[in-house]
Amino acid sequence: MHNSETSLFEKIMKLKAAGEFPAISDLIPYSAFVGFELDSDEQGLLTILRAKPSNIGNTTIPAVHGGVVGAMLEHAGVMHIIHECDIARFPKIINISVDYLRPCIGNQDTFARGYLIKQGRSVSNVRVEAWQSDPQRPVAAAHAHFMMG
Amino acid sequence: MSIDENTLYPLNGIRSILEKLPHVEALGITAIELNRGSCLFQVEYAPHLVGNLETGVLHGGVITTLMDSAGGAAAFSVVPVGASIATLDLRIDYLKPAEPGKSILGYAECYRQTRHVAFVKGHAYHDSPNDPIAHFVASFMVGSVGFAPDAQQ
Repeated sequence: MHNSETSLFEKIMKLKAAGEFPAISDLIPYSAFVGFELDSDEQGLLTILRAKPSNIGNTTIPAVHGGVVGAMLEHAGVMHIIHECDIARFPKIINISVDYLRPCIGNQDTFARGYLIKQGRSVSNVRVEAWQSDPQRPVAAAHAHFMMG
Repeated sequence: MSIDENTLYPLNGIRSILEKLPHVEALGITAIELNRGSCLFQVEYAPHLVGNLETGVLHGGVITTLMDSAGGAAAFSVVPVGASIATLDLRIDYLKPAEPGKSILGYAECYRQTRHVAFVKGHAYHDSPNDPIAHFVASFMVGSVGFAPDAQQ
């Protein structure tokens, strides 16, 4: 499991070239644990968080734990950069700000899309939105900075 | 901050209810310390929580969940019985990578509380709070929607 850092990166770049984004998510243990999946369509990359009882953080509604929602937005952000940008190394997160807009219902799938606001030489700014049944009614949104170089 | 214990949630109640939330339990997050207005949570290192297979570093989402949980507990510890808590927003600054194999501590404190909002800040670290992995700031809505310990019973 512990190859050199370039080999995981090369593996990801190969999968990207082949358009096999769902397989990239499988290289990340935490993704499988919480249930992240990747899909690409005409609008670009789509990140999916499958409904899972073990992701519940609020048993009253019940709703997905805010930490998992934040994790999904971070994951969608980094995957969006890999999808959109010519990168020489794995983007490294600097910070993320998450706004919680509506309850993220626990027994529904959640979807997220990233938008590259600015791609700089060393830092990129990404906006990510997540929704459940209606893309016009986001459950959460984030902006994050990633180190590129 | 109110010091009338009778109008607040009992600390032991907050601890046992938060530790039993499905995702808190799934991640193995435990409360090390819980006081009025502040708390210390811990998450153990586990291979299935890794975000980078080659470095073995935990996924950033694990820190987000640890800090959101700790922040929520700090907020619960100061709001009146019957009030619920919902995260309004949070920000995480990743100061340095977590070390593989080591558990992570998350400290959060409610530094300002109004009728409707609890303002919380904190940090995540391995051995010393003076050598943080991440900084955290969040605000929580205090109100009638969201999660309340009472609703469990």
